[in-house]
Amino acid sequence: MEIMREITVTVNVNGIPVRAAVSPQESLLDFLRYRAGATDVKCGCNKGDCGTCTVILEDRAVKSCLVLAAQADNRRVWTVRGLEKDPLMQALQESFATHGAVQCGFCTPGMLLTAKNFLEHNPKPDRAEIKEAIAGNLCRCTGYKKIVDAIAAVAASRTGDRA
Amino acid sequence: MELNVIGKGLPKVDAWAKVKGKTVYADDFSLPGMLYAKVLRSKYPAARILSIDTSRAKQLPGVHAVLTAKDVPNNNLRAKFGQSTDVGAQFEGLYRVLAEEKVRFLGEPVALVAAESLQIAEEALDLIEVTYEPLPGVFDPVEALKPGAYPVGENESNVVSRFKIRKGDIDAGFAAADVIVENTYHVPFVDHAYLEPESGVAWLDEDGVINIRVSTQVIEHFRTVAEVLGLPQNRVRVIGTWLGGGFGGKEDITVESFLALLVWKTGRPVKLTYTREESLLAHSKRHPFLMKYKTGATKDGRIIALEAELIADAGAYTYLTPWVLLYATVNAAGPYDIPNVKVDSVAVLTNNPFTSANRGFGAIQPNVAYESQVDELARVLGMDPLTIRQKNCLRQGASLATGFTFDRYVALPEVAEKAWQALGPAKESQDKRIRIGRGLAIGMMSYGRLTFLHDSSRSYVKLELDGSAVIRCGVPDLGGGQAQALCQIVAEELGIPIEKIKIYISDTALTPLAGTTTATRQLYMSGNATLKAAREIKERLLTKASTMLNVRKAYLKIENEKIVSLVEPGNFVSLKDVIAQCSSEGIELFCEAQFNAPFTDIPASELITGQTHPDFTFGAYAVEVAVDLETGVVEVQKVVACYDVGKALNVLNVEGQLEGGAIYCLGYALMEELVVDQGRLKTPSFSEYLIPTAADVPDVETILVESGSGLGPYGAKGVGEPACNSIAPAILNAIRDAVGVRITSLPATPEKIVFAMQKKQ
Repeated sequence: MEIMREITVTVNVNGIPVRAAVSPQESLLDFLRYRAGATDVKCGCNKGDCGTCTVILEDRAVKSCLVLAAQADNRRVWTVRGLEKDPLMQALQESFATHGAVQCGFCTPGMLLTAKNFLEHNPKPDRAEIKEAIAGNLCRCTGYKKIVDAIAAVAASRTGDRA
Repeated sequence: MELNVIGKGLPKVDAWAKVKGKTVYADDFSLPGMLYAKVLRSKYPAARILSIDTSRAKQLPGVHAVLTAKDVPNNNLRAKFGQSTDVGAQFEGLYRVLAEEKVRFLGEPVALVAAESLQIAEEALDLIEVTYEPLPGVFDPVEALKPGAYPVGENESNVVSRFKIRKGDIDAGFAAADVIVENTYHVPFVDHAYLEPESGVAWLDEDGVINIRVSTQVIEHFRTVAEVLGLPQNRVRVIGTWLGGGFGGKEDITVESFLALLVWKTGRPVKLTYTREESLLAHSKRHPFLMKYKTGATKDGRIIALEAELIADAGAYTYLTPWVLLYATVNAAGPYDIPNVKVDSVAVLTNNPFTSANRGFGAIQPNVAYESQVDELARVLGMDPLTIRQKNCLRQGASLATGFTFDRYVALPEVAEKAWQALGPAKESQDKRIRIGRGLAIGMMSYGRLTFLHDSSRSYVKLELDGSAVIRCGVPDLGGGQAQALCQIVAEELGIPIEKIKIYISDTALTPLAGTTTATRQLYMSGNATLKAAREIKERLLTKASTMLNVRKAYLKIENEKIVSLVEPGNFVSLKDVIAQCSSEGIELFCEAQFNAPFTDIPASELITGQTHPDFTFGAYAVEVAVDLETGVVEVQKVVACYDVGKALNVLNVEGQLEGGAIYCLGYALMEELVVDQGRLKTPSFSEYLIPTAADVPDVETILVESGSGLGPYGAKGVGEPACNSIAPAILNAIRDAVGVRITSLPATPEKIVFAMQKKQ
């Protein structure tokens, strides 16, 4: 059997199809950073522990270092930069900035994407549920409190409750 | 003074780009024709390099350079850390760019490769043939101290440095004590675990200057890079990026010299980013300490004698070890007024990973010990944790054991009480398997560098003709709001909205050097430099407006982009008009100012006396834990941090430092340990080296005391590192309260707690 050295994949990144010949082992993370120019997707560990490379694949938040580029062939991927006009993302971005949820900012893109995806599936979470939801996204600076505050405030404003 | 901008919890100027994914971190930057670098690292913790054959690697297509120690113009260096003062051999130590002759730790850089792709660079590493003669090595600092121990270096002693403090008569002190508590404590290697690994891109510009764009806390390392290459210092430029976290781990040089060497050799731009595994293996760690403590008190609860022996593991190279050990020595007796004190400390080389700065910098290791000791004394004496601390802690007018006297407000009794009371009424566990316990700990830590370093910072402020302002300040921003604070100061002083201020940071060619973002010094140092510059410009504006309005300067104020008469509020002139007038008359609308910290002499001997730091920040942590009697699992249910921050320039950022500092060292208390066995790392990735997740932590409650007594702008104190103090011993004290066992070695894992409970039965 012939071993495939290269395969051609097309990934729709933030609404734009990106086509490239890649090795079958290439991760979606590398594809996004090196081929699609999506440097807002960060690499903190490259083995699924830190969550900085989180993206939305179709409708699910995934760690892009654990997904092969080939698995995203003909599928849609969203990163923070592609969601500039998304109302929920805008609300989260504003909330993160005004609640002091951003320190170094390296975890922030992944954290925002996890939060957005979570709130879409769980519009009225309590604090414990928010903490569970973001437990796969490490943050070393904030101690998480202000991140949870920021997400809770967005959830409350969307459901009409007060934060 | 009425303040309009200072104190507000404004979003940081850098937050907007960060939430939009637009911040260009070190690894996000690339240049045309860029090569990728990799580092070949030693496979042994102790070995002699017999030969290195790079010929096969060099022949691999796509490889542009393979460098070893013999290619480095100056490979052996004395470590400098941005200070412009020559502090002498006692406070500097050898380190090497690349291993030469003797390898000292596993992961030590041996060779560098630059190639057209990362894959090729990795392949080239495999083709470099290094012949090692493994040597026995020494991995325990106590063993390394013994006569005849394996020498980590070539000829020099394994002892890096020794310090001591003497106050009163220690023997008489213990003789007069009614109760004495003795314990030995151990704290482990831990990692900074910033989420952004070490990274940079460098290139040679058209004038032959090496430019290095790098994630660093110290842009002043351009001087070290120049020394490595034998170039004039003005031929190396460091551009600091917004950091993806630092915590002291990007204080030592990381990729800078490697990049510069490869750029110099190839003439091409080069990128080098460490993998997480490389970062864990081969960058600096927090010093493990072995700490023998003996503390004596009278039966009415007065602590009258403290003796401490500290042994620090310096790892394979000196780096900042002497300074860390000095901090530990000064902090060893804690924030207590004790008449008889004897402290002896020593730092020792081993073949373990090298240790250097880590948020807390030698102050937090003894804090674990002295606060455990005070808690045990309280138990023997039947006192409550708050009373014993309030009875013995430092107050204004009291002195450290070094003789340094606090002439400013010392908030310790106040912060201890506020933190302890905020825990609220105690509650019993409903579950028979779970025991609830509470703990208190207080602490102090300096802000600003060691005073014998003669620290200074410079900042430049300029008004534009349209009324906007520019700040240029060489301050690296780690995410703690270092740049934001300077913007708020200028907005306050010049009466302009923060949106109209643009700050340029961290560039040795274009921003005045502001010193390191370390030692909790930037608000204090660059804040004061920026305040000085802004006030100079303000003075010029008010002088001009005084003429324009025909109102005496003392009756004018500057706010909302106007200069207004205090006596006739309708009488004002717009800032823009004053600027236009100044500009047409040639009055300078810019100012570069320098702020100098207090200067002291370099310690002449091992005995440390007098002033070592500009000032200290005082704080307290109170915690409540629930301990599972069967599994030993600790759940931290409540954390209260109370700190005298002097003045909170930005409430959100100050709270953020306290909340983040608390969780950083909650990990130290309960989870984090870099396991190093015979020099080999057993926790090579984030799958084994666990740091707290959102699901592991409670919401930290913060209480800010604003005494206005700090040396920073508006009376602010530094909080970044002090925030880490005291939470670990507070947790240990709460575990003791819950289940009756004293855990004396970090982290307090379920195993240690279960074994201790079994032993007690």
